[in-house]
Amino acid sequence: MNIEYLGLKSISGSLVVLDAIEDATFSEMVQIKTESGDVRDGKIIQLAKNYTVVQVFEGTQGLSKTNTSTRLLGRPMELGVSKEMLGRVFDGVGRPIDGLGRVFAEEYLDVNGKPMNPVSREYPRDYIQTGISSIDGLTTLIRGQKLPIFSGNGLPHNELAMQIAQQAKIKDADGGNFAIVFCAMGVPNDVASYFRRGFEESGVLERVVMFLNLANDPVGERIITPRCALTAAEYLAFRHDMHVLVILTDMTSYAEALREISSSQNEIPSRKGYPGYLYSDLASIYERAGMLKSAKGSVTQIPILTMPNDDITHPIPDLTGYITEGQIVLERSLYQTGIYPPVSILPSLSRLMKDGIGEGYTRDDHPDTANQLFASYSRVQEVRSLASVIGEDELSDTDKCYLEFGSAFEKEFISQGREENRDIEKTLNLGWEILKILPRKELSRIDTKILAKYYPVGSEG
Amino acid sequence: MQAVGKIRSINGPVIHVEDCRDFKMHDQVFAGELRLIGEVIGIEDDTAIVQVYEDTLGMKVGEEVVSAQRPMSVLLAPGIIGGIFDGIERPLKVIENQSGSFIDRGLQVDLLDKSKKWSVQILAKKGDSVSPGAIIAQTPETPGVMHKIMIPPGVFGTISEIAQSGDYTIDEVIAKVETEKGIVDIKLAQQWPIRIPRPHRGRVNVKRPLITGQRVIDTFFPLAKGGTAAIPGGFGTGKTMTQHQLAKWSDADIIVYIGCGERGNEMTQVLEEFTSLVDPKSGNSLMDRTVLIANTSNMPVAAREASIYTGITLAEYYRDMGYHVAMMADSTSRWAEALREISGRLEEMPAEEGFPAYLPSSLSAFYERAGYVKNNNETEGSITIIGAVSPQGGDFSEPVTQNTKRFVRAFFALDRQLAYRRHYPAINWLTSYSEYVGELSLWYEENIDERFMEYRARLLALLQEEAKLNEIVKLIGSDVLPDDQKLVLDIARVVRTGFLQQNAYHQTDTYVPLKKQFLMMDVIIYLYEKAKTVVAKNIPISQIAKTGIYEDVIAIKYNIDNDSIDKIEEYKQKIDNVLNEILASNEVVMR
Repeated sequence: MNIEYLGLKSISGSLVVLDAIEDATFSEMVQIKTESGDVRDGKIIQLAKNYTVVQVFEGTQGLSKTNTSTRLLGRPMELGVSKEMLGRVFDGVGRPIDGLGRVFAEEYLDVNGKPMNPVSREYPRDYIQTGISSIDGLTTLIRGQKLPIFSGNGLPHNELAMQIAQQAKIKDADGGNFAIVFCAMGVPNDVASYFRRGFEESGVLERVVMFLNLANDPVGERIITPRCALTAAEYLAFRHDMHVLVILTDMTSYAEALREISSSQNEIPSRKGYPGYLYSDLASIYERAGMLKSAKGSVTQIPILTMPNDDITHPIPDLTGYITEGQIVLERSLYQTGIYPPVSILPSLSRLMKDGIGEGYTRDDHPDTANQLFASYSRVQEVRSLASVIGEDELSDTDKCYLEFGSAFEKEFISQGREENRDIEKTLNLGWEILKILPRKELSRIDTKILAKYYPVGSEG
Repeated sequence: MQAVGKIRSINGPVIHVEDCRDFKMHDQVFAGELRLIGEVIGIEDDTAIVQVYEDTLGMKVGEEVVSAQRPMSVLLAPGIIGGIFDGIERPLKVIENQSGSFIDRGLQVDLLDKSKKWSVQILAKKGDSVSPGAIIAQTPETPGVMHKIMIPPGVFGTISEIAQSGDYTIDEVIAKVETEKGIVDIKLAQQWPIRIPRPHRGRVNVKRPLITGQRVIDTFFPLAKGGTAAIPGGFGTGKTMTQHQLAKWSDADIIVYIGCGERGNEMTQVLEEFTSLVDPKSGNSLMDRTVLIANTSNMPVAAREASIYTGITLAEYYRDMGYHVAMMADSTSRWAEALREISGRLEEMPAEEGFPAYLPSSLSAFYERAGYVKNNNETEGSITIIGAVSPQGGDFSEPVTQNTKRFVRAFFALDRQLAYRRHYPAINWLTSYSEYVGELSLWYEENIDERFMEYRARLLALLQEEAKLNEIVKLIGSDVLPDDQKLVLDIARVVRTGFLQQNAYHQTDTYVPLKKQFLMMDVIIYLYEKAKTVVAKNIPISQIAKTGIYEDVIAIKYNIDNDSIDKIEEYKQKIDNVLNEILASNEVVMR
């Protein structure tokens, strides 16, 4: 199909409208040649008898209505995948940009993927140790999970993601079969190079595939970037049985790009101008995490998003929270008191943790300990607000214990060094040390047997 | 005559078809070379608007669209229970066999197994005059469910031929009925359009509760068989968990669980868990009474819209047999969003937040398909709908929650603050309600205890009072309250942690019989009354707390097995002992 179609009907934003193209299929890729001879990629997003709408990934700058020619490629957007991709850097649509030449593809895969059959999914149960107490202990990451970091501008989400990537460990022998797919959408150059340097320094670069769509790269490409990254991840996980950790940053930029394209298509906006299909679109990315019964590998996602104005009810974090299996929320006030990582425990949650912790997975006391820490820390908040009204001196003795517990919990349990790698034993023991600040009778969430084992009568601090 | 059209334009899941004069509204169609399943959702001049239930990628202008000449329907026959289907009743296990772990497009699959032979017992005989709904045969579909073969709606006449009891597939003719319009073949299978409610003789007033074993629901906000309930809540408040608990433990005969635009892993979990769990009533696997409809968030959006109707039609079919069906829809917000997405593609004028103006009427039409009815065959059956709602930003003022509230009669509001405190189920007792209390009072009083509703009212009042006192405590601390008010706080805490909080992972606590729920209330009220006498004597209330009697009462939920609930009475004795001792020791001091 090498017919070239000359001319455009109209141009608007990143979209161009052409006359009807014979044999064009929905979602097909096209190549557009400009007057000056450079070639751009695009995708058919609307097809009708007398016109065709094409979204141009690299933007429409310099396109003219007359001297532009369009060629159909006869296939949907595909990514050539191979194991050689490990250690390489690609742009937002999967072209190598590290100067090491092209990758010889073993297969070409449609970047949109196909929905996993719920019947074929393996329910995720094995945990990933990140070495970070607030995550391992309280919002445990499970292999095959999608657990986003809800952050704000200026918070250390990149450092946290980096630390997770460097320290993540799987308990069994598969540990060596670990890969990271890093996907940057609309992030500043500095952030991308921060990650690249981090991977280099920790010596994991040869197990990392990077897809970079930076803040000054075309918005149209940004929609494709996570899909390329996940196609590569699925290929590594389900063809080569690797355990793949996918870091997607920043989902907020992705959603903004989606809004931009939606509005240039004159679509009816829903909340805050985002398109009505934002939920379905985000789901088509997040739901690509998981495990299959038919393969050994797994795709685990850590999407990072910056909440506009730190507002968790903004459509982007809100819809994300409805799709993902929990969330890790970072809090500005904690960070400003010098706590790293500033994980706000109460709104954070890992939905899959209940089936992946406890005896046989982490340690028998883990579910109860986590539950108790949550409950006690939530009590701390109440006591603090009371203390701010009536003064600390007026508090009852038990309430004073809670205050002490609260600050120990934040300073010793949540807070840790940027290179500190605590194993699960250490995290749980630390949890117990802090719980012992409280009188024994306050630990009502813990089974009596577990309590006797880890906090024998008479050992009260 | 075949109705065929040609594609004129494609926009996501919506296609316009031209030259198709014979297309009818809501007809099922097969679109394009891959024969993707779709439905006619609008007709303008010579053009039909079709929503396609699969991804339209690769489709071309000019491809053929063929009408099936019948409305979008489901196949109703044995083989439904225990299965997992997508939004248009295609079995996911068969799809897996055909296309592996990822779902391909354009698969041609049989909705139900056509080769399996069912052991059918014929109940009617030649010469019987039959009308719609009449049960002419039955077959054990699963160990727990007897599938009744009914005369389809619209067929009146006399049985002119009937087969012997024996093994039949769903497509074999087991009877012929002579009607005014000719002979009608009766098979095990029948079809019914998903958007039209199946007929019944009339509604009956609700009178029996749907017993769920969840204390906060059964006691505080009871739900009637044939009723409707909504569970709204922001993410992480435990909507899905509550739905799972209801699906597991409610005393319905059949459960239809719809995962509508939700997570894939959740459906996997339900499938895994329900297969291994045993139904306490029948001793069979829970899957033997459950049908799952899974249209996860990454599956095509149009099929998500259809999944709710597919589910309710299956539910109605089993209701017609005389069963009590409970249907969980998780989540109706995703369904509403699917409506919005399709509506946007049709460029319809949006109402609130981009939702179409017909959102309220669509919601009401759906919830009104619930009910306790007298069937055409004189049996009684019911459908209870429990819909989860996922309000944007956890804000209950958004259109889906508000419109749902108008049509449901029980409202279990999930509260983010309670969830943060890990108070599960996080159903807020101040904002939730059930309008069924009045209708069900009699049942509770006759079957459980005549004081049941009185106790319920007292505990609710106590919690209301606690909420008021907490406003004061927030400002000045609890120390300054008089002792009788402190006692309210203490007892309210016992109610909250000992009664309302329920541990879904605890073997005993996950399901609690009504009788035990009543006895627990009884003990708590007994404790309250007794403690009041202590307070009346000006004895410091801290003395009661020190005895640990509160913790003992709270732990009843774990320490008393569901089959030895008589032991709860012993707690009254214990309360007497503890509090009498306090009274006695204070007597001495006073002298």
